[in-house]
This record gives sequence, C-alpha cells and structure tokens, in this order.
Amino acid sequence: MNAPLVPHPKIDQTERVTSIAVLAVGGQGGGVLTDWITDVAERNGYRAQSTSVAGVAQRTGATIYYIEMCPDRGRQPVFALSPSQGDVDILIAAELMEAGRAIMRGFVTPERTTLIASSHRIAAVSEKIAPGDGRGSSQEVRAAALKAAKAFISFDMERIAVEAGSVISASLFGALAGSGVLPFPRESFEETIRASGRGVEASLRAFGKAFDRAQTGPQTDDVPLGSGHQPESEDISLRPFASRISGSPKLMAGWQRLVARVDALPEPVREMARLGLRKVVDFQDVAYGGEYLDRLAQAVNRDRESKGFAFSVAAAKYLANTMCYDDVIRVADLKTRSARSSRVRREVGVADDAVLQVTEYFHPRIEEVCGSLPAGLGRWIEARPGLARWLDGRINKGRRIRTDSALGFSLLWLIGGLRRWRRSMLRHRVETAHLEQWFDLALSRLDTDYGLAVEILNCRRLIKGYSDTHARGLSKYDRVLSALPMIEGRADAADWLRRLREAALKDEKGEMLEGALKTVASFAPAAS
Amino acid sequence: MAERSFAKEVEKLRLGEGEEFRGEGILAITKALLECGVGYVGGYQGAPISHLMDVLSDAQDILEELGVHFEASASEATATAMLAASVHYPIRGAVTFKSTVGTNVASDALANLASGGVTGGALIIVGEDYGEGSSIMQERSHAFAMKSQVWLLDPRPNLPSIVKAVREGFELSEASNTPVMMEVRIRCCHVHGSFIARDNQRPPMTVADALENPRRDTQRIVLPPASFLHEKEKIERRWPAAVDFIRSRKINEFFGPERGKIGIVCQGGMYNGVVRALQRLGLSDIYGETQVPIYVLNAVYPLIDDEFLDFCSDKDAVLVVEEGQPNYIEQAFGSMLYKAGATARLAGKDYLPMAGEYTGQVMLDGIGAFVRDFAPDILSDRHRAPNQNAEPVAAPELAQTVPGRPPGFCTGCPERPIFAATKLVEQELGPHHIASDIGCHLFSIMPPFELGATTMGYGLGPASASAFNAPDAKRRSISFVGDGGFWHNGLTSSIGNAVFNQNDGVIVIVDNYYAAATGGQDILSSRADNKSKSTKHPITEAVKGMGVKWVRQIDRTYDVGKMRATLKEALTTLEKGPKVIVASSECMLNRQRRERPLMQKAIKSGERVVKPRFGVDEDVCTGDHACMRLSGCPSLSVKSLDDPLRDDPVAHIDHTCVGCGNCGEVAEAAVLCPSFYRADTIHNPTGLERFLDRLRRRLIGWLQARRERQRLNFAEA
Repeated sequence: MNAPLVPHPKIDQTERVTSIAVLAVGGQGGGVLTDWITDVAERNGYRAQSTSVAGVAQRTGATIYYIEMCPDRGRQPVFALSPSQGDVDILIAAELMEAGRAIMRGFVTPERTTLIASSHRIAAVSEKIAPGDGRGSSQEVRAAALKAAKAFISFDMERIAVEAGSVISASLFGALAGSGVLPFPRESFEETIRASGRGVEASLRAFGKAFDRAQTGPQTDDVPLGSGHQPESEDISLRPFASRISGSPKLMAGWQRLVARVDALPEPVREMARLGLRKVVDFQDVAYGGEYLDRLAQAVNRDRESKGFAFSVAAAKYLANTMCYDDVIRVADLKTRSARSSRVRREVGVADDAVLQVTEYFHPRIEEVCGSLPAGLGRWIEARPGLARWLDGRINKGRRIRTDSALGFSLLWLIGGLRRWRRSMLRHRVETAHLEQWFDLALSRLDTDYGLAVEILNCRRLIKGYSDTHARGLSKYDRVLSALPMIEGRADAADWLRRLREAALKDEKGEMLEGALKTVASFAPAAS
Repeated sequence: MAERSFAKEVEKLRLGEGEEFRGEGILAITKALLECGVGYVGGYQGAPISHLMDVLSDAQDILEELGVHFEASASEATATAMLAASVHYPIRGAVTFKSTVGTNVASDALANLASGGVTGGALIIVGEDYGEGSSIMQERSHAFAMKSQVWLLDPRPNLPSIVKAVREGFELSEASNTPVMMEVRIRCCHVHGSFIARDNQRPPMTVADALENPRRDTQRIVLPPASFLHEKEKIERRWPAAVDFIRSRKINEFFGPERGKIGIVCQGGMYNGVVRALQRLGLSDIYGETQVPIYVLNAVYPLIDDEFLDFCSDKDAVLVVEEGQPNYIEQAFGSMLYKAGATARLAGKDYLPMAGEYTGQVMLDGIGAFVRDFAPDILSDRHRAPNQNAEPVAAPELAQTVPGRPPGFCTGCPERPIFAATKLVEQELGPHHIASDIGCHLFSIMPPFELGATTMGYGLGPASASAFNAPDAKRRSISFVGDGGFWHNGLTSSIGNAVFNQNDGVIVIVDNYYAAATGGQDILSSRADNKSKSTKHPITEAVKGMGVKWVRQIDRTYDVGKMRATLKEALTTLEKGPKVIVASSECMLNRQRRERPLMQKAIKSGERVVKPRFGVDEDVCTGDHACMRLSGCPSLSVKSLDDPLRDDPVAHIDHTCVGCGNCGEVAEAAVLCPSFYRADTIHNPTGLERFLDRLRRRLIGWLQARRERQRLNFAEA
C-alpha cells in the first residue's frame, strides 16, 4: 500500500500555460483589454480564460484582470483564476504605480515576466492631499522594475491613446503586440480590435503607435524625471525659459537694464534671478524688478562663493515668490490676459472660433477689500471690528463672474488695472513688512550659521494659498520659526529647521509639525 | 437602468441542444436555470452576483416567453421568502444574492424554508464575496448551510461544472425536499468559458397554474407541533436522501491515480488552485492529470462519510484544502477518521493558513510543504529542496513609494459634495459622531473626507446611531444611509425606529437614483421609466409617512453652500425628533452612460448642446491642495510646473472631467481660491450667439491689447 509512486505516465510537463495579469485603476477600461487579449488568443487557435473582479472594489481603486491561455490541443486545461507570485509571464500595468504594486506583490520575476507599463501617473488621493508634494517617486518604481522584470517596456501609453483620440486599452494592447511575447501576428491583434466594433479607427491608431514604440525594444522613457515628477499626458507645460519678451521701446530699455544687472551677478545665481526678475516684473512693473534686484544684492554682497552662493539662489527664488503675493489684483490680471484666453481654449480642446462661456469662482471677504484699499483707509476699517463685520456681511459671499461677457470681463479688467496703485495699498504694506522681517532674520544669521540662514529663506515655501489656507500657512511658518531659539547654536540647526518645514508640509492641520516641535523642545535647554 | 447592459449577451440564452455557449459564469448560470425549467427567479443585487440580476433583468422577454416569473426582490429576505412558492407546489425556483451579508438578511426566511422543506426544487445561488476584491466582512456561507441544514454545493470554477451544479442542485433539492445553496466565488462569477447548451424548458407548472389551483399542507408550516417533526425529518429522511443522491450521482469527483500514499481533499472552488500548485510542483500537467489523488467536494455539505473514509483508507496522510474559517469540513473529517479508527494523518489548517484567501502562493507553499513531509519521493530534487533564494526580487523600498489605492468616489460623483459640505460643517461646529452605512457613500471614511465611525449593515446607518440620543448632549449624531439601503431595510429599522424612539439625530439619505454601488439597478425611488417596475416613489413621502416632521429635500447635491446650510440647520434647530435630509442627484457613472451617447448624437445632428468642464489657472493656483482635501475626484490631480520658482505641484483637471461643479462650489463655499474656472463649450450655437460672441470678443480683445501695450509681456512660448 505504501509503495513509492512511479511517475504518472500521462504527466507531460512540457506544455505550459501563458499567464497575463493586467493591473489597472478602476475606470481605465481593463475589461476591454482583457476581452481583446482573450479574443486574440482564441483567434490564433488558443484556449483562453479570463477573470476579473467587478463591483465596488473597482470604483477608482486598484484592480486586477487575469488571463491564462495555451495552444488548443483538443482538451480543456485547468486554468487558475488569479495570478500567483512568480507565475506570471506578462504583466501589464496601466499606470506606473500599479507596476510598482505588481512588483511588490511578487508578480514580476526576472526569469519569466515581461513587464509592460504605461509610464504616466494617476495620483492616488493620499498623494494629492499633502500640502506639499506627496507623490511617490516614479524613479524608484522604474529602478525596481528594471531589477525585477525579465524585460521592461515602458512609455506613456496614456498620452499615445489620448493623442489618437482613443483610450489606454488600445495602446496597452499595441504594446503587448509589439513586445512580441505572444506568438501571434500583428494582423490578428488588429482583427480583434476591428471585430470589437467601437471607435475602431482611433483604437487602431493608438495600437499602431504603441506597437511601434514597443518594437524598438525593451526600453523605457529615456528622459530622466525629477523625483516625484511625472510625464504629463496632456497640457504639457514645458516651456523654454528664454521666452519672447515684448513691450514698448521704453519698457524694453528698462528691462534690458535689469537684465544687465542680472548678468553681472555671480554665475550660480543668474538663472534663478532671471526667472525671479521676470516674475516680479510681470507681477508689477520694471521698477518693482529694480526693487527685487536691490534686495537680492543684499544677499549676494554678503554671500560666499565657497558655499556656491546657495543663500543668494534661495533668496532669488523666495524673494520673487514673496514679492508676488496673491492679491485680488493679481488674480484679476492673470484672468484677463490674452494668453489666458488661449490657454483655456487649449485645455478645453476647442478651436479658436468656438463659443465658450467661462465662469470664474470668487469669494471675496472684507480682508481682501481692505487689502485693496489705501493703507490708511484699510487700517481704519480693520480697527473697527463692528464696521468690518457689517461690511463683511455685505461682501462675503460666492460670486461667479463670466469672463466671456463684456461686463464680467470689464470688471476684472478694471481690478487688474488697479496695479498701478498697488504700492499704496494695505496688502502691499503688510506683505512688504513681513518680507523685510523674514529677509532681515535670514540675513542676520548669515555670518553665524550659513546653513540655517538658507533654511530660514526656504521656510517661505510654507506661505501659500488664499484666505484660510494662507492664514494656516502663515501660522505654520510662525510655528516652524518659533523653534529658532531652541535650535540655534547647534551644529545641526539647519537640519532641524528643514525637518520642521518638511513636517509642516505633510498634513493640513500641522499634526506632524506639532510632533516635530515637541521633539525639538525635548532636547532644547530649558533656559532658552 | 443598470450600469452594464447585457442586452446583446442575453441572446445567448436562446441557444439550443448541442450548441456551444461562450460567455461569463453568471450568464452560464442563467442559461442553466432556463434549461432546468425554472418557474420563478428572484434576488437582490450585490457583487459578485450583481450581474446575474442584471442578466435576468435584461432577459425579461425570454423569461416571459418561457412563462418564468422574475422579480428584483426588495431584499435577500424577500428573495428567500419567495422560495415559499416551492413549498407546496412542484415549481422550481431560484434566488441569488451576495453572501454572507445577503445570507445574514435572508436567514430568517431561510430557516423557516428549511424547516418545512420544499416540494419543488429551491436553489439559492450565493455569490461568496471572500478574498481579494471583496467589500464585506470575511465570513463563510458554510455556517448557514450547517445551522439550517440546507445543502451547499461548491462546484469547480469552470462553466460546465457550474452548469452541472445548477442542474443537479434542483434534483438534489427535490430528492431531499431541502433547499440547496450553491456558492460561486468572485472570480468564478466573472470567469469566461464555454459549455454545451441544452434546450430551454418551460416550467411544467407555472406560478400562474399554482395561483389558479391553490394547495396547502399544515405539515409543512412552521408551527408546533409540525416544527418538532421537521427537525426529526431533517435527520431521518432528508439528510439520508441527500447523501444517497450525492453518492449515487457522483456529485463529488475523484482525480488522479486511484491509489497513493497521500491525497488531497478540496472544495470544488479550490480545485483549479490545487491543480496549479501541483503543476508547479511537477506533479500535474496543465490538464489536471495529477500524480496525487484528489477528492473534490462539489457538495461541501452534507459530507459523505464513506466516500471520504474510502479515499483515506490507503493513505498515510490527507490534506484538506478548505478556504475560510472556522474549518468546519476539516473538523468533520477529523471526527469521521477518529470514530472509524482510521490511521491516515489529517492535515489542513496546519499546512495552510487558518484565515485568509487561498491564493496561488498560499496553495503552493501549503501543498508543497505537505508533499515534502509525507511523500518527498514523488518530488523532483528541485521541488524537494527548493532554492530559497529563488524568490521574487524583493523591493522593500516600494512599500514606502507605492500609494494605497482603495476604491473611492468616481469622477463627478454627486456624493462627494455631500461629504465636502459635512467636512465644512465640522470645521465650523466641531467633530460629530457619524454613523455610516453600506453603499458608495461609505467611501467617506477614507481620505480626503475621513468621516464616519462605524458601519453596521445595509440600511442600518441611522439605527447604528440610535444609542446616541441624549437630550443633554450639546451635539447630535449624524448618520448616513443610501437610497438602496433605505428601501432595503432603512425605512423601518432606521427611520421608523428613530421616529418611534424620538431620536434627535440628523439622518442624511444619499439618493442617487439607483442602487449605485451594486451597478445601478433601479429601486423604488429611481427616476427612470422602467417598463416592468414601479419607480418614482419619492423618499421624502415615505419618510413623512413614517412620521418624520423635519424633512428637507435637496435636489442638487453639488450646491455645497446649500448642503452645508441645511446640515447646519439640522444640527442646530430646536425642533425635536429626527432631522432627515434627502440629498438627491443622479449617480454620475450612470448619468454619463445614459447622456453621453445622446449628447454625441445631438451634437452630430446640429442641435445646440452645452458641454461643461472645469479647469485650473495654473498661475493662480499656489499648490496648497486645499481643494483636493475637499474632493478626491480622480479628474482633479496634481501636476508639476516646469518652473524652478515653484516648489509644489499645482492642481490640474484632466480631460476626464465631467463638469459636475464640485470644484467651483467647494472653492466658493470653503473660500479656497479663485483658480478654478468652468468652461462651457456651446456646440452648434445659434446665429445670434455667434454674433454676440464675436462682438464680445472684439471688445475683450481690444481691452487686452490696450493693457498689453502698456506693459512688458512675457509670452508663454
């Protein structure tokens, strides 16, 4: 009874099943791709089985489709219903982080798996809601993919699809065909698309482009992307910095004088200074550009070449950002420019002659109104809370303005025109005072702790947004800098200030920051 | 109208004897029901059997032709109660629902049905929502079969086996006068395959025939003394009849060699995974020709003692592959072996994990370890002592990088603004106890909203807040319930209860015109015309009918300001009793499915169509992402500007935007920022519109040019 078994004569281990897993984000059309893959297999004399998980689990969440196939030899194979670690031949990821998830789950192995991944990103909610940049690093996924996969084919298949007027299932199917892993001719893949009957021409275009890209070999997008950066699928905002500048001869002459001043700056500072200059002149006028360079000069004059002028570079960046605060005039100005009109049309994807109605959402409060009044008057109202409240009651509500209409546009255009009086307004005074306080603070530490001085400048990043968000940013800025007396004098003071700032950018309420501040307080000498 | 239409596929239900049927598992089940001469069908939608209800719904013409009655039941209890039609009449009936949640709801009816027993075959098809892709608590339907003593089939996950199980299920039910449950797992429901069809059968007796010739038998009614006899009858008559049927009809299957020193016993649903593991161990080919004997339980309850003991008689060890816990089957087998004085070693959840899905890797590890321990000689060297380093490339750093991607609200979902408004109210009035319910609205518990503390069952949101009724407290509870849950159970268990007990809390009924989470099926308050159902029954009327005095109807949930004001009023009003807000807007997924083709057609035919979309002015956006913390919309995302002056990515709305309005409304209500704009494209504008547009744009162009002459202009390249 317990005699050792002899191998079963009928067991033939040479036949193998080809397994394909598709990892997608719910709503990407993974079901269509799955049906196509099954169809192309059957078209080529294979038996195939597909499975999926439908239902709530799919609503915008990560989901897996799975296909198994083998040549039809007249018998029904036993196909598995879901992918297993180390048992996947082709892994198709319809988004880059889903490729990362596949690797994490062990579905991508160096002996077997061809990984076909679209390099575009769909940010998850957790990546989007951080006040700073909460996105995962695409580079890390790419590096892991190169290690984990037998072959890695990755390019922006979403962009190919959108450009072809199709959806990503078509370009993924093209990449699969182009990879050559399945022993089926290109024509049979195309036949499958034709047989599906909907949006055939656009699908075939996307299929063809992706096929060609995949055919060029198992390679990935060669453009290195910064950490957390993503290739954009539409409305790419890559523009050359050396952009065209136009204006009256007088203004151009003023601009050239400013540019000459920038050119005289130390080389490491120039690039940032040029961008900063452009921003502040665009915000106000040529004279404001002069003010900017005057301030920057204070930094440059005391900076050290041995440090690579890091302080001045940071100053060039954050002085520009601070001087270009977001007030009502700025918003009105930006929304009434001709370049903006064309950008909206480009983003919406309509021709220049199309009729387009554009509605802007505003919610002015008494604060914004006071900020736009002459400083004296604005302060006078703010000093009378009863009056301010009464006025706020009249002003504070959502207002929708149609910038395609003559009236709505003219209103914003007039507000934008208040620019020339901006310097006398309350908001400008407040912002300038805050800027000087901050900049003086940084300058005052320049000789004692260079790194700390740079980090003080960088803390300006915390102040952004409008109304409550702006107030919260200011409070975070204050809380981060409140640690200054506790950390000053330590060798790692700069490091601590950076850590505090990064913590402040992690969540909205600043809970991470509170924790970090407690840590700082715990090691700070009680006397300070 | 359901999310997915099977109008084309249902034609396959007409296939006749000998023709090949190709399609999804659920469609195959429907076809099998018709081949079996089923007389009536019902059920309640829910993954993974939602599509089964959709298929049936789309197949109504075919069902009518055959004289089959179909009902979309109000709940799983209703569906199971419907099987009462098979108690006295020899009519075959089938119902379907999601398990175990549906089985929980059904269990009152199920227990009564099981007690009296059935005359006609009664089949309950349960979609076992377990493992990856599941949306519910992880439990087993098996326990329900055991406690009510109804039989449980668990067929191998391929179309011929499922179809065969349906056929045999009816026969088993009739042979043993017992309802039969058939469980199909998530992926099995959506598996594509083929089988050879038979002709559809008209039911020998229709429900109309029964209505015209009523019968009754006091012995079948659950009331003493009959109920005491039922219990004995179950053991003395029905059980042995079932065992005989299962044995004689060879419901359970044997694979591999007849003899062997080890063997595997598995649930039918586990079979493909077991074979794949054996194949990877070099013990099977791809067709399932295996070197290890396998005993497949297509009927997992009742178990057939002598079949199992025979299987074990020549073996040193037997591994039970039983997914889920408790391990009822393994326990029963243990008891059988012990009582029979058998020597075979019983392995199960010592080699396989006690809890959790039996994935490919879990099976490979468990079965591999079992074979290595008890029959190492049948393994090749490579499998006997596997190289531990041949693991997938570990990428631990990825765990930090790859974000979780749980399901969430769809693009343009009308429920998003409800929770944005709730979050804004909480910012103003402080946090509240929030009770959630089952449905898409439960996504509120995730970021960015993070609202909701518990979920206690379908339609039980407000009921689960019923303890929080303290007049002294300064705050009220808020509870949510969807329109699906409201009609399923909520009207009585939640609303009626709140009225009766004078609960002071706030109840928000999220009305999106469908049972949306399960795929957009119509319900009583649906606004659609449905030729076979009565719709358009307002929720507010039902609520008022229950006695609620404070009722507010919101007809456009996207009005965040109004939503917030109404919630605030409900939380602060001095009026006593439950405060009910019905927040209504159509499920965007369904609305798009309905409207998009119509819109395309209208544009093509030259009609004037306004198509909205939102956008973000990237130079106005400061990248603080406050808008996303009140949205989470898939179409609202972040993008990097190629500008070294900017540290953080800005908001960006992509081409998938449906122009629902949430972005603008939230920006306005929460005083966020003015970077959002709404762009309405007018397709086929009227002549006057074109003329006025030209005029306006000339003026705007003149103003723009005037200003741009007075300043330096930095072209966008």
